[in-house]
Amino acid sequence: MIFDRPAIIKLVVGVALFMGAAIAGGLLDNYQLQVGTSLAMLSVLCMGWNITGGYMGYPMLGMAAFFGLGCYIDAIAQVAGIPVVAAWLLATAGGALTAALLGLALLRLKGHYFAIGTIAIVEVLREVSNNWESLTGGAVGLNVPILQGDPETVGRFFYLAMASLALLAFLITIVIDRSRFGFGLRCIRQNEQAASMVGIDVFRYKVAAFMLSGALGSTAGAVYASMVAFIEPKDAFSLIMTIEVAVMTMLGGMGTIFGPLAGAVFFVVLREFVWANFINWHSGILGLIVVIVIYFVPGGLFGTNWKALFRRAARPRASVRSQPAL
Amino acid sequence: MSASADKPILELRNVSRVFDGIRAVDNVSLSFKAGEIVGLIGPNGAGKTTLVNLISGFVRVSGGDVIYEGRSIVRDKPHAIARAGIARTFQIVQPFAQMTVLENVMAGAIYAGHCGMRQAQEKAMECLAFTKLASFADKPAAELALANRKRLELAKSLAMNPRILMLDEVNAGLNSSEIDQAIAMIHEIAGQGITIIVIEHLMRVVTALAKRAVVLHHGAVVSEGPTESVFRDPQVIEAYLGNKFAKHFAESMSAMPS
Repeated sequence: MIFDRPAIIKLVVGVALFMGAAIAGGLLDNYQLQVGTSLAMLSVLCMGWNITGGYMGYPMLGMAAFFGLGCYIDAIAQVAGIPVVAAWLLATAGGALTAALLGLALLRLKGHYFAIGTIAIVEVLREVSNNWESLTGGAVGLNVPILQGDPETVGRFFYLAMASLALLAFLITIVIDRSRFGFGLRCIRQNEQAASMVGIDVFRYKVAAFMLSGALGSTAGAVYASMVAFIEPKDAFSLIMTIEVAVMTMLGGMGTIFGPLAGAVFFVVLREFVWANFINWHSGILGLIVVIVIYFVPGGLFGTNWKALFRRAARPRASVRSQPAL
Repeated sequence: MSASADKPILELRNVSRVFDGIRAVDNVSLSFKAGEIVGLIGPNGAGKTTLVNLISGFVRVSGGDVIYEGRSIVRDKPHAIARAGIARTFQIVQPFAQMTVLENVMAGAIYAGHCGMRQAQEKAMECLAFTKLASFADKPAAELALANRKRLELAKSLAMNPRILMLDEVNAGLNSSEIDQAIAMIHEIAGQGITIIVIEHLMRVVTALAKRAVVLHHGAVVSEGPTESVFRDPQVIEAYLGNKFAKHFAESMSAMPS
């Protein structure tokens, strides 16, 4: 693992950000706490997605599957009388295990096939939760025992829980970014054949990355379920969420440390201030953003070399970049 | 010392590979000694690259066995074989295009070379210096010209600390002076005790490098021995140039006053 100066600065900035957010939690009103919790949750999902989708470069569209799975594991466990934090840990383990099993099959697919395979998991799990009424309550949904205490304290508790989870996801991200595991994932993203030829156990790395994504998604879902105290299939396994998470991370920069965070912040700001006023334009705006990002800044906020971009824009058009000969 | 030096480091026993009924590699048995350079030649489609793929675990054998350092590796996965010390380059270069040249070479050192990240950086710089790529260390691999990409493949393989290095046409597409440099480099690598198997189309490269050559044709070994005599073998000439020309060639050779 190489922790050079830029990496240490990123680590310090990141940890300070979360510490600040945690302290600020004491000053926020109920609405602000809710937005903050939602932001932390989306950050966790984006950072989880970033491991498989960003560092490893597998276009995963299944975060909602793990999120929903976490929701139901938490709900069912809590209904069965398991204490709240233990139920979360159970969801973490369940998410990792499910990801491992699904990964054994899905990670043999590539590109679009992988994307479609993962999106199918969301659909399948939603249908299961819709129809397995004795366990999940079916379409009616499932009530989760509400935490004792006044609403404000409870709200603050979930805010801190989500923020802690986000900090954990951030630390995992930065370790991956600097470690031989993350280095291997980046090699896999570019050329799997060459990666195995330099001695990387490609399949094991892929499964491990997928498990981390699954565990983070599932844990976020569990905390969410305990917080809202009621879940139903269409809320837990939402196709919109599965796409939004990928889009947010692309916006911020795939395979970067701060990309997922920046994407989540941008998204929450957009949602709270724009969509609240233009609710009918929601899908249109989202679509427009996707197109703009993919066409003009595919690297996202943190994955684009802005200096080079502006330098190129400032220069006259005659300077056609010479393509490397193959 | 001499007893262990004579023992083969790599041995192929009746190795075959069938693709849809075509025997791409047909019952090949070969052995390689530590530190020797062997030329693997043959016309297009003779099965040379397939043989390399079989040794490196990239393609599974249909039959036969591959023994490396006294152990069968025929069921091992490619990454395990790479870690055990068998490195290869690809005929069509396979860089990690968006990583820097240094990172490309580091990848070889980290996994197959069993280095820590920092140690890998040093090792990679050494290999880049050896292959004369040090000045490109921070450039993206995609920006390299072909000759340098071939060198990058070589540097990456060297960083893996291999005991056997299989070079699949590392000289194809290079100009004459680049080839001379590559030949000198390969000799130097072999001097470190690394066994080298070169797949090559250019006769002058094979003669300059390998004392021993193996000729494949239709997946089978048609000739094997000292490079000079292999090139005179009528069967080899026939494999390359066809039956008619081989006869004509043999006649004109015998007609020539010696």
